[in-house]
Amino acid sequence: MGYCASILDAIGNTPLVEVSALSPNPRVRILAKLEGFNPGGSVKDRVALAMVQQAEKDGVLTGGETLLEPTSGNTGIGLALVCRVKGYHLRVVMPSNVSEERRQTLKLWGAEIIDSPASEGSNGAVRMAQRLAKEHPELVFLYQYGNPANPRAHYEGTGPEIWRDCPEVTHFVAGLGTSGTLVGVGRYLKERNPDVQVWAVEPPAGEMVDGLRSLDDGFIPPIFLDNGGPDLLDRKTVIGPRESIEWTRRLAEIGIFAGISTGAVMAGAVRCASQIDEGVVVIVSADAGWKYLSTGAWTDDIDVVTERAKHMVYF
Amino acid sequence: MPIEVRLPTVLRSHAGGRSTVQVDGSTIREVLEELATSYPGLKGQIIADNGALHRFVNVYVNDDDVRYLDNLDTKVSSGDVVSILPAVAGGCRAIQREPEG
Repeated sequence: MGYCASILDAIGNTPLVEVSALSPNPRVRILAKLEGFNPGGSVKDRVALAMVQQAEKDGVLTGGETLLEPTSGNTGIGLALVCRVKGYHLRVVMPSNVSEERRQTLKLWGAEIIDSPASEGSNGAVRMAQRLAKEHPELVFLYQYGNPANPRAHYEGTGPEIWRDCPEVTHFVAGLGTSGTLVGVGRYLKERNPDVQVWAVEPPAGEMVDGLRSLDDGFIPPIFLDNGGPDLLDRKTVIGPRESIEWTRRLAEIGIFAGISTGAVMAGAVRCASQIDEGVVVIVSADAGWKYLSTGAWTDDIDVVTERAKHMVYF
Repeated sequence: MPIEVRLPTVLRSHAGGRSTVQVDGSTIREVLEELATSYPGLKGQIIADNGALHRFVNVYVNDDDVRYLDNLDTKVSSGDVVSILPAVAGGCRAIQREPEG
């Protein structure tokens, strides 16, 4: 492989690493696709680049525009990187309780941060961004929750890479956020082998749903419905913060330094492995651990860290 | 046999303010029907008029979303916890409320 003409050419082609040492079932192998190897540090670099490239192709972005995006951090960071390199401005709307590392990374690439209420979680950030987009039509609102370039980045990138590296995959497990990874990779793998099972892992919704006034304030990402998400998923399971941190630590014991959501997804893979007879489970590790060091996830008492994790965004 | 059902804040006013109630049933459908019989204010809120789960409601047996198990026909037994939650955007806060009372 030669050199990259731009840092953006280094997005994708992340390593798929065997973590079967942690499998509870000797007949089930587990492999993790480490998206923390992307230059912006997460799987969202793929989505950011795909959305911006599509907007350029559509003539929505021609140079110098300002973009607006709701994010819990990683998409903002990916977009900040892409915007810095391509010469766009970026404003991100983010719950105020994301980790300090995420805020600083956004700032170092020149993004402007607009805080949304911590108590409303990502729902609140989405609502605020939608309102701002309406009030300021001059802002370019790519909207990862509804942008088909998001799942397409995974259908054309992440999915084929997994199939290339591990065609024996039987189960695919990933976190459920915008649903882009799950529907993009899930659809690609099922087209190759309809027997592949797709499992979604989500954090407990918990207290933030208390903020809803009625059920009609609920939210389902448009890309999930537009891409047949309900038919693609075979299982959707909740993993709590304690289990997430425990598995984040176990991964570190075998040399994998991953973010807390990877611990949740790994716990889901372990749950899957213990319920099937044999197979190969592939998980997506959305990011590495760097952005979570300040939470003490690897070093502090597990009870203290679990309590802390309940009040922060890690998915 | 009694199943523990956890209600989200937005529905508690229809169940006398309770966050957790006990109802009988051997499938999710039976549990939800029994719930609506005991608390008529909940009728139509969880199961829509078309007989399916309300679009923005997620129902979990222990940790699993029933839409991806056997939906309303998912079996439940004593000791299972059924949680009813509104659908929210991913990337949310990871707060899990301890059951009250």
